[in-house]
Amino acid sequence: MPLLIKNGCITEDTWQPVNQDSGHATHDQVATLEQWQQLADKNGSAVQLKPGESPAALYDYLDQIALVLVNFPAFADGRGFSYARDLRERGYSGELRAGGHFIRDQLTYLKRCGFDAFQLADDKALEDALTSLEDFSEHYQASIDQPLPLFRRR
Amino acid sequence: MYVYDQYDQKIVDERVSQFRDQTNRFLEGKITEAEFLPLRLQNGLYLQRQAPMLRIAVPYGLLNSLQLRKLADISRKYDKGYAHISTRQNVQLNWPALAEVPDILEELAAVEMHAIQTSGNCIRNTTTDQFAGVACDELEDPRPYCEIIRQWSTLHPEFAFLPRKFKIAVCGTEQDRAAIHHHDIGIELLANAQGEVGLKIIAGGGQGRTPAIGSVICEWLDKKHMLTYLEAILRVYNQHGRRDNKYKARIKILVKAMGVDAFRDAVAAEWTAIKDGPTTLTNEEILRARAFFKLPDYEILDGEVASAQLTEQTVQNPIFGNWIKRNTENHRTPGYRIVTISLKATGFAPGDISAEQLELLADLSDTYSFGEARSTHQQNLVLADVPTACLLEFWERLQAAGLATPNIGYLTDIICCPGGDYCALANAKSLPVAEAIQSRFEDLDYVYDLGPLELNISGCMNACGHHHIGHIGVLGVDKKGQEFYQVCLGGSQAKDASIGKILGPSFQQADMPDVIDTILSTYVALRQEEETFLDTYRRVGIEPFKERVYASAN
Ligand code: SF4
Repeated sequence: MPLLIKNGCITEDTWQPVNQDSGHATHDQVATLEQWQQLADKNGSAVQLKPGESPAALYDYLDQIALVLVNFPAFADGRGFSYARDLRERGYSGELRAGGHFIRDQLTYLKRCGFDAFQLADDKALEDALTSLEDFSEHYQASIDQPLPLFRRR
Repeated sequence: MYVYDQYDQKIVDERVSQFRDQTNRFLEGKITEAEFLPLRLQNGLYLQRQAPMLRIAVPYGLLNSLQLRKLADISRKYDKGYAHISTRQNVQLNWPALAEVPDILEELAAVEMHAIQTSGNCIRNTTTDQFAGVACDELEDPRPYCEIIRQWSTLHPEFAFLPRKFKIAVCGTEQDRAAIHHHDIGIELLANAQGEVGLKIIAGGGQGRTPAIGSVICEWLDKKHMLTYLEAILRVYNQHGRRDNKYKARIKILVKAMGVDAFRDAVAAEWTAIKDGPTTLTNEEILRARAFFKLPDYEILDGEVASAQLTEQTVQNPIFGNWIKRNTENHRTPGYRIVTISLKATGFAPGDISAEQLELLADLSDTYSFGEARSTHQQNLVLADVPTACLLEFWERLQAAGLATPNIGYLTDIICCPGGDYCALANAKSLPVAEAIQSRFEDLDYVYDLGPLELNISGCMNACGHHHIGHIGVLGVDKKGQEFYQVCLGGSQAKDASIGKILGPSFQQADMPDVIDTILSTYVALRQEEETFLDTYRRVGIEPFKERVYASAN
């Protein structure tokens, strides 16, 4: 089973990866947005967002979705950071996973935007990547993991 | 000026360690070139033609004497003994070694400096009026707001990978000296009908390939909403700005594509979700930031006595008098003047300053100007609080160091990017053009007779030399591997913001002094009474200039 970082630990991924080519997703599989929209029962579902796919489509089901996988096809495409923050600010509390080609140096940013799971392209690099989560111990801005900006705390 | 507390220091120190680790991993081959690229750029490090270039942040252009000395030190130890003031009020080193950059950053952190986000597709150094806090025409000091923005934008988790770079400028005067209409976001401190000072928000201005003047997105905003409103604008941009073509990725293109009204609506929708949330500024925070910029301990001086004495000195020493006239400005406090130190002596790259000169300015600022200095986007330095009675000795010391060029705001005070001599992106060299023009117009009387004139030169479309907003702009272009120069006229960075119009086909480097000469003599022939170059241009249009320039070229 592939590995990922979840809540700060390396664990096994229990979800089946996305299958673009299939007409529909099985219940233990991450669905593309299109496949997900066809699901009759969205309870406990898992859905992938790609850049350009607005999280607005998920708003009505935030309390039912178990996993949102935000895919970063290229690490320099930062749209996923805003998607994550948007979902969390609207109350989504399920797993929010970053996947694709982000790099470990982005982990603190991703975490602060609300991601709690990270699936790196190379899962041998996970151990090293864990240390990057500790790059910063203080931040200026409000974020999902620290709702108060520094100026309200100093 | 702002002083770090333990939080600020920790963030900067942790950033240095992070970058040290990233650099080591890169040098060990554990990170690819492509992955290292944004990491080093977000720490101000470019790989240029000759060597890396390190851009050090000077938040809104403010420096203290300790920092000036540290910069001098660093430029000697790690570079060739000089530094360069950029058009974003930052300081650049042209020759550091990659492996030593973490050490440089560590030395900078020791004097509360860093290179965070001086490059890359993120929020860059916020800039402002170089006369902030001392200008006679200022409504309110913009620097506290710049500092609040600096902190908010530093390592902002959501906006580190934007479609493109993002620049913010703030000004507190009507007569905008911060070019706020030419920024991704421009902010003007402005009173509403009730006299309460708030913020006017302008977005979508910018230079580069498709220059644009910003549009007003919000006529007046309560200051407490500054950060949530900026965040809303950035969210719209981060999600909808184009990422398929880097020349169409700036916010100005998005604002044009959506239309200002639709853009404003999208911002309002994002804003509704976060307005009044925890990022809303507290009164205490605004007061805390303002406390760092309170007036220094000015002596109570008799302004009239001081100016009478100065007049006498200038009569006795006309060279000094000329410098006073060209390089100093009225100060808000009687008995003081604002001094601009020109880094535009002929024969030196515009904006370059040697380690010795940096140290001299550190000494001068300690002796005469409360230990502070400012960099300007025109690539000069300002000592803002010099007692009028000390100006003569001050000037004598500048003169001995080659820093008394009396040309602020005139033709030879050229804004010029490093261009093809250093920059890997350049289409053409810019420094030799600046020097050729400065050498041609050495006759100061002629230069003064021309009146205020801004001549700006960029080595490529990225417009670091602000060519679109120069009264005369020069742009280096590449024509089949040959360097050519396009000229535009009529740009303005001031309140009456405008973008220069292209004169016509481009010229060879050797012809540039003649071309400028023809443009200037055309102006002199056509001007009426007290008209400035820009006035005349706006009255007669580009045609007469075109005719003469291309007639004499044939
Ligand atoms: S304008 Fe072009 S050549 Fe000049 S510094 Fe900027 S990128 Fe380099």
